[in-house]
Amino acid sequence: MSQVLTMNRIDNLFQTKKERVLSIYFTAGFPKLEDTLTIMQAIESAGANIIEVGVPYSDPIADGPTIQDSNQIALDNGMSLKRLFEQLQDMRQTVSLPVVLMGYLNPIIQYGMEAFCKKCQEIGVDGLILPDLPMQQYLDEFKEVFDKYDLRNTFLISPQTSEKRIREIDTHSNGFIYMVSAHSITGARTGISEEQIAYFQRVEAMNLKNPRLIGFGISDSETFTTASKYGNGAIIGSAFIKKIKESQDLKSDIESYIQSVIH
Amino acid sequence: MIKIDEKGFYGKFGGAYIPEMLHPNIEELRENYEQIMATPEFQKEFRGLLKDFVGRPTPLYFASRLSEKYGAKIYLKREDLCHTGAHKVNNTVGQIIMAKKLGKKRIIAETGAGQHGVATATVCALMGMDCTIYMGAVDIQRQRPNVERMKILGAKVVPATSGSQTLKDATNEAMRQWINNPVDTHYIIGSVVGPHPYPEMVARFQSVISEEIKWQLKEKEGTENPDIIIACVGGGSNAAGAFFHYYNVPQVRLVAAEAAGLGVTSGKSAATTVLGTSGILHGSKTLLMQTEDGQVVEPHSISAGLDYPGIGPVHAHLFDIGRAEFVAVEDEDAMKAGIELSRTEGIIPAIETAHAIHALNLIEYSKDDIIVINLSGRGDKDLDTYIKWGGY
Ligand SMILES: Cc1ncc(COP(=O)(O)O)c(C=O)c1O
Repeated sequence: MSQVLTMNRIDNLFQTKKERVLSIYFTAGFPKLEDTLTIMQAIESAGANIIEVGVPYSDPIADGPTIQDSNQIALDNGMSLKRLFEQLQDMRQTVSLPVVLMGYLNPIIQYGMEAFCKKCQEIGVDGLILPDLPMQQYLDEFKEVFDKYDLRNTFLISPQTSEKRIREIDTHSNGFIYMVSAHSITGARTGISEEQIAYFQRVEAMNLKNPRLIGFGISDSETFTTASKYGNGAIIGSAFIKKIKESQDLKSDIESYIQSVIH
Repeated sequence: MIKIDEKGFYGKFGGAYIPEMLHPNIEELRENYEQIMATPEFQKEFRGLLKDFVGRPTPLYFASRLSEKYGAKIYLKREDLCHTGAHKVNNTVGQIIMAKKLGKKRIIAETGAGQHGVATATVCALMGMDCTIYMGAVDIQRQRPNVERMKILGAKVVPATSGSQTLKDATNEAMRQWINNPVDTHYIIGSVVGPHPYPEMVARFQSVISEEIKWQLKEKEGTENPDIIIACVGGGSNAAGAFFHYYNVPQVRLVAAEAAGLGVTSGKSAATTVLGTSGILHGSKTLLMQTEDGQVVEPHSISAGLDYPGIGPVHAHLFDIGRAEFVAVEDEDAMKAGIELSRTEGIIPAIETAHAIHALNLIEYSKDDIIVINLSGRGDKDLDTYIKWGGY
């Protein structure tokens, strides 16, 4: 239906904006169960470009303490994939940014991969980041369904990823590539080192077909600006979670934080 | 045939569902482990250490009083006599040599009961490697002596404070630290769990158990094949080792004893094949205890080594095709079986192992049957738990 009329919002975004793309990650159901839409609307009005909605999981092995905590709190609050889909049912009435769901495989497999993808398309999700879905499994089992429901799939690369592997990932990704900036789980490091810059430059020189967003370790205007020099933009996760954890006024705190990063 | 396929699956279970950051490490291991294990130097060093350092072969002991009591010919495979007190060291000896061949400098590991942690700290001391062990904060409390042993051996013990603060959480933490230190670090997984090729590699290191049972039983009974082999299953490494050379000998019954905790319907249990469904945990597709929504359920067992919400993919497969019988043993029955073995044979077993002893009450057999119980470990580490329980 809408597939024919509108392009995928991720494709749209990168056609018009090639630099300083800011993607914000937050965990759905955190700090309060019903905060999801408020947070998404504030991210949009503050001027960020992509919204990454984290689907909470009991055992997030690629995440550091900050995001682990937010996952656990969200689960304790009663968040689940079903509940999240209910909350997002009408999100397209108020949110126009590209929306990406980020989550671990197990809850999605229990929901049913096809049912999950179908629901994503129905409510207007544009892409997926599933950190424990390896490329081979994606190609063997899931690519067809992702394509059928017009969902972009983002893979991660790290400084240890070989050139050959980066090329393969570039071939099989659509949407964007997520460059893990430090060799690390989320929230483990802050700041950007010389070594990382060398890695950013190495990947930049490969002229990949997909846009690249740099993630893990970005927290403020300075790190965002540095990362944006070597990629099409960056992703903020743990630093954002820390900001909203104690927030008394989500909308204004989110807006002032994001604006401080962009400007 | 029970056999792993080239993608790392046993039937429907297995695989390598890992974050891309770990891909180079897993790939390096997958490409090299079989070939390294097949070299004469590796075999010479591995076999040499198993003999002179671990103390293998471990005896296959005819338990006459237990046999009389239960009305069968019961043998105990004495893994409790391995150096460090459990079968776990068979695997850590193999993996430390592997890590050296791969040029690694640092070792990390998870541990539940602390047996795998001690076995890892031991081989690290032996090889002069830096060693960090992740252990659930709850397990640090209930397995105190093993924590001190690891420290004496020079390892750093780091508490895992998320979730149920037990084995699952220690494994999460070890995986995270591996993601953070991927180049110089080898992760010694302690059971037949995790992403391919770990389950198969660990099983092969542990397969020395059934390799020995075969010739030892031949000497004593004139046949390589017992009628029944019983082993407890946490992740399933001692069971995989005891079953390995019998997977494809259908007349040998394989019995796996899981921890029922306070009872399979109590909500405080670790009986994965009863309560679990197919899902992904710690990098492989297997049976695991989870909510309808796919969140992993926190298990319970009095025994830290069985307190895990999943089982290795090979066991999920054995269950799926009906090749192994699974029984669930409650905390109380395991404790009683531990005391029973202590008093009938003069062997205080680990509480994990006591689950396998109690299985004698849950399966059928006849009086001429030869039963081998894999005595996976000794009870020294569990004295506190025995004392607190107090029913002796
Ligand atoms: C003595 C003993 N037996 C059994 C186990 C369970 O592990 P697995 O199922 O991998 O043999 C443990 C784990 O710590 C153990 O210490």
